[in-house]
Amino acid sequence: MGVGGDDVICLNRLSKTFRVGFWGKKVTAVDQVSLAVRRGEVFGFLGPNGAGKTTTLKMLMGLIYPTSGTATIFGYPIGTPQAKARLGFLPESPYFYDYLTGREFLRFYGHLFGLRGAWLERRVDELLEVVGMAHARDLQLRKFSKGMLQRVGIAQALINDPELVVLDEPMSGLDPIGRKEVRDLILRLKESGKTVLFSSHILHDAELLCDRVAMIMKGRLVACGHVSDLLAGGATQEAELLVERLLPEALERMRSFAKKVVLQGEQVMVVLASQQDVDRAIDLVRSVKGKVVSLTPQKASLEDLFIREAKGAREPVEVAA
Amino acid sequence: MKILSIAFNTFRENLRDKLLYNLLIFALLMIGSSIIISKLTLGDFDRLMIDIGLASVNLFGVLIAIFIGIGLVSKEIDKKTIYTIVSKPVARYQFLLGKYLGLLVTLLINTTIMTGGLLVVLWARNVTVEGLLFQAVGMIFVEFMVMTAVAMLFSTFTSTTLSAIFTLAIYVIGHLTPDLKTFGEKMDELGRLVMNGLYYTLPNLERFNLKGHVIHHQAISGTDLVLIACYGLAYTAMLLFLAALIFERRDFR
Ligand SMILES: Nc1ncnc2c1ncn2[C@@H]1O[C@H](COP(=O)(O)OP(=O)(O)OP(=O)(O)O)[C@@H](O)[C@H]1O
Ligand SMILES: [Mg+2]
Repeated sequence: MGVGGDDVICLNRLSKTFRVGFWGKKVTAVDQVSLAVRRGEVFGFLGPNGAGKTTTLKMLMGLIYPTSGTATIFGYPIGTPQAKARLGFLPESPYFYDYLTGREFLRFYGHLFGLRGAWLERRVDELLEVVGMAHARDLQLRKFSKGMLQRVGIAQALINDPELVVLDEPMSGLDPIGRKEVRDLILRLKESGKTVLFSSHILHDAELLCDRVAMIMKGRLVACGHVSDLLAGGATQEAELLVERLLPEALERMRSFAKKVVLQGEQVMVVLASQQDVDRAIDLVRSVKGKVVSLTPQKASLEDLFIREAKGAREPVEVAA
Repeated sequence: MKILSIAFNTFRENLRDKLLYNLLIFALLMIGSSIIISKLTLGDFDRLMIDIGLASVNLFGVLIAIFIGIGLVSKEIDKKTIYTIVSKPVARYQFLLGKYLGLLVTLLINTTIMTGGLLVVLWARNVTVEGLLFQAVGMIFVEFMVMTAVAMLFSTFTSTTLSAIFTLAIYVIGHLTPDLKTFGEKMDELGRLVMNGLYYTLPNLERFNLKGHVIHHQAISGTDLVLIACYGLAYTAMLLFLAALIFERRDFR
């Protein structure tokens, strides 16, 4: 039944059109998206606000129905109990039953998976520990802060020890420490062989975590692949050289081939266009007994790609009723 | 088991609803006030007390069923709490049934409290209580089951305000269905057709009203009781089935 044995999630021209307003104007939120998430990888689903990330994930979770196209999870059509049995989901800006305590909350979700007894109790305490919420186990959720809710939200997604974890903006609402913890948690999940799909518009997180990413703009898939491959497209050879104790005449010679020279007090920052220029610059610095402070290759970032694609993205397809 | 967990959670949620306590207090006040009224009445005050008492149990129970029932599902969708439930291996009909059962538990406890109040009042005025009274309360509860299902059905496809209006309308008309037929007889062809249609599709809620039997000490046969209960259960099952069909196709957005 599954398409490609190692694909955990498989989308085939998945589309969703909403009807909005009194006249039922059509808005295409997701437009023919096809992609696959492989077993054991961390997959980032990126795109600006309103790109269609949440809509896509909600379709995968069986919360809304696709207008056209199909998708499978573990080879089962989305929305079926089999597709949902081995996954955990954290919705975007989650809302929960605020009269439950942290512990009761997780216990309830455990019951929905048919878990109970001592095993469940252990699992609940363990998870509260994992997300750093052990101190709030007997506190009602109404007294939680946004970041605390996000954390128990992540814990509820892991209650069944799922093979696939789907997180919609897991880092939102978290402080820098919380962010780092979530990043570590995702890496730990990957280490234990789980597949993780998460959406984000924080590209830095994606760059640190993801094996592969998909970028979606105005409902259309604009890029999909390994982070390094995607970056190679816009890669440059540029490097930034920081030196000290450079004599004025050496500085003049440096200016003749460097792309940019910037004086920063005692130090000089030199931007060089090619590897050849880098070699030349370093030789020059050493010949005048200068000191190389640092050499940083200028990597293209997902951010550059993101902004480039955002400029090129078409307006969303809108058809009057 | 999943259904029971959802039911239990719903029950806990209901217990936090202030409306529940307000309606319950009103019901008990109404029942209690029948003592005062009975003192002002000459003659058959026990009939009056039973009449007021059972009517209060019925009215306030139905109000609870309606006003909590219409919010059962829509609140979960508005607050997006449903996202975390439907994304678990829980079928949508299981969610619906769990919410329904949860409210029934709440209603069961409320009915017990209200009936307790009625018994206290009757005891205070030395009115003899027959088993018939409990049969009447039982049938009132069957009516709650039907009305909760009606509220739930409406709330799967319309706003809470419209659901409340429709459900209240069905409650009122449901108690007048025998009149619908008589009414239709005096109308033209089309009117008769419409009235007959309503008569056969709307729940005949007067069936569940055994007040007359209690007041006039007319025993009701076991078979009749079973038939009435079965009618209520079948009607409820049909409503829930319809609700599940509609709910299954909904987008939660
Ligand atoms: N319930 C809805 N009804 C109508 N339109 C909707 C609905 N939900 C989303 N949309 C539209 O679909 C598009 C995609 O929305 P979506 O929430 O999927 O974006 P997103 O990528 O998750 O954005 P964000 O990063 O802000 O969370 C938007 O244009 C939005 O207006
Ligand atoms: Mg989103």
